[in-house]
Amino acid sequence: MKRLLSLLAFLSVGLAACGGSMNSEPRALTVFAAASLTDAFAEIGENFQQANPNVTVSFNFAGSQALRTQIEEGASADVFASASGKEMEVLIANSLVAKESSQIFLNNKLVVILPADNPAGIDSLEDLATSGIKIVLAAEEVPVGRYARDAFDKMNASFGSDFKDKILANVVSHEDNVKQVVAKIQLGEADAGIVYTSDAVAASDLRTIEIPIELNAIAEYPIAPLVESAHADLAEAFIAYVFSHKGQAILQKWGFDSPLQ
Amino acid sequence: MTWHIATLKKLSDSKWIFILPSVFILGLFLLPLVAVFIRSLNAEFFDYVFSEQALDALKLSLVTSAITTISAILFGTPLAYILANWKLKYKSWLELLIDLPIALPPSVAGLALLIAFGRRGLFGSTLDMFGISLPFTTAAVVIAQLFVAAPLYIRSARVGFSGIDKQLEEAANVEGANRWQMFREVMLPLTGKTLLSGAILTWTRALGEFGATILFAGNLEGVTQTMPMAIYLGFERDLGVALALAVVLVLVSVVLLAITRRLEKQERD
Repeated sequence: MKRLLSLLAFLSVGLAACGGSMNSEPRALTVFAAASLTDAFAEIGENFQQANPNVTVSFNFAGSQALRTQIEEGASADVFASASGKEMEVLIANSLVAKESSQIFLNNKLVVILPADNPAGIDSLEDLATSGIKIVLAAEEVPVGRYARDAFDKMNASFGSDFKDKILANVVSHEDNVKQVVAKIQLGEADAGIVYTSDAVAASDLRTIEIPIELNAIAEYPIAPLVESAHADLAEAFIAYVFSHKGQAILQKWGFDSPLQ
Repeated sequence: MTWHIATLKKLSDSKWIFILPSVFILGLFLLPLVAVFIRSLNAEFFDYVFSEQALDALKLSLVTSAITTISAILFGTPLAYILANWKLKYKSWLELLIDLPIALPPSVAGLALLIAFGRRGLFGSTLDMFGISLPFTTAAVVIAQLFVAAPLYIRSARVGFSGIDKQLEEAANVEGANRWQMFREVMLPLTGKTLLSGAILTWTRALGEFGATILFAGNLEGVTQTMPMAIYLGFERDLGVALALAVVLVLVSVVLLAITRRLEKQERD
């Protein structure tokens, strides 16, 4: 039934678009996006608004898992951009997103961030296991928190089987989203954090330690229109913009990789 | 006389002007709580309540809020006594300072605490030299709670001390009692219940503290993850856990508030 409705909505919207309504009356588009997309999507939103002067784009940036819950509990949104496939799959299973409409639009990987003056003297990944240093991670429910733990599993093979346990013993806080991890490191309250490379680009005052690709976890970000969106045409247009050369160039500027690479 | 009766009749006709808005606002208070209870009542309710995460959070909440309440009494009672009895030049500014944490959004409190007592904070860097680092510790949870909740106790203790008959104090003075004796023998016994109800208000507020804690103390199970924090994160992981914990917190708050009301009533009688 919902599929039928969305099909009808799509058709009627298609007709409306032919009628030229897209360029006249003022319209609003609501995008729910992972916290790591904050800077890139803000820029994409501005460009999209310039290209469509009658459209106002508003964003809700939070941890993908929080956004997923909000959508499940009935928050009205038009587009969902998640930092992990898992949150999108839950929405697909609940018929809130049509399976075929979800597409991967970027890749992201992890990096270690340190305060500019590196108070704990961390120079390598192995140093993260030094007892007594303060590490801040995103909570396990947050995609980046899950990816970090996946990366530690891979590091166990290189640095010894208790490497992950040693790192987790150094964790002083499980933050609610990736930007909170960045803030705690910027304030110098903790010695090291694990975030996406894109977050390190956005916070250029931080030191970073690269994680080799074979030890890294690659995050694939899916984007999709929501079935119950009242602005399906705008949602499609926004997503098309994200996939366009301009959109992908903005994402790369903020440290993300295109999915095709 | 007839005029009076007419007015009364008119009043009773217009009673709906009072009742309807009241019902609306009471509904706003009640319906969300009803919804939480209805949605949480399922077969897994007790599994959630007795899960390790929930018990850890409950224990941490009870311990930290108890420490907060005791600290509020130890530090707040002398301050309330001073405010009630001494003539101070800038007393109204002091009172404003004490009221401020009640009015401030907890996020402001958390940010301010972090900027002041964080490792790189204005005063935190000095603490750091002595090897003391507050953020991400249970002590930070208590400090955040004390900041937002202690003013409630100080306020009601001050009102309690102010209400004591001055003649009684003068009589004690004539008997040769010093300040400490007077405080212990006269003031405390007379204000005991007011102090207790103020302490319970502080306790309730400390139990519910969230905004300042998440910013200043972070979130780690068993160390800084109190019940409100577990509810917030549970909302994202598993709604069942969040709802079960919410019910527990509602029940604890109801019990504490009921005790407070009882004490206040006894005080009046």
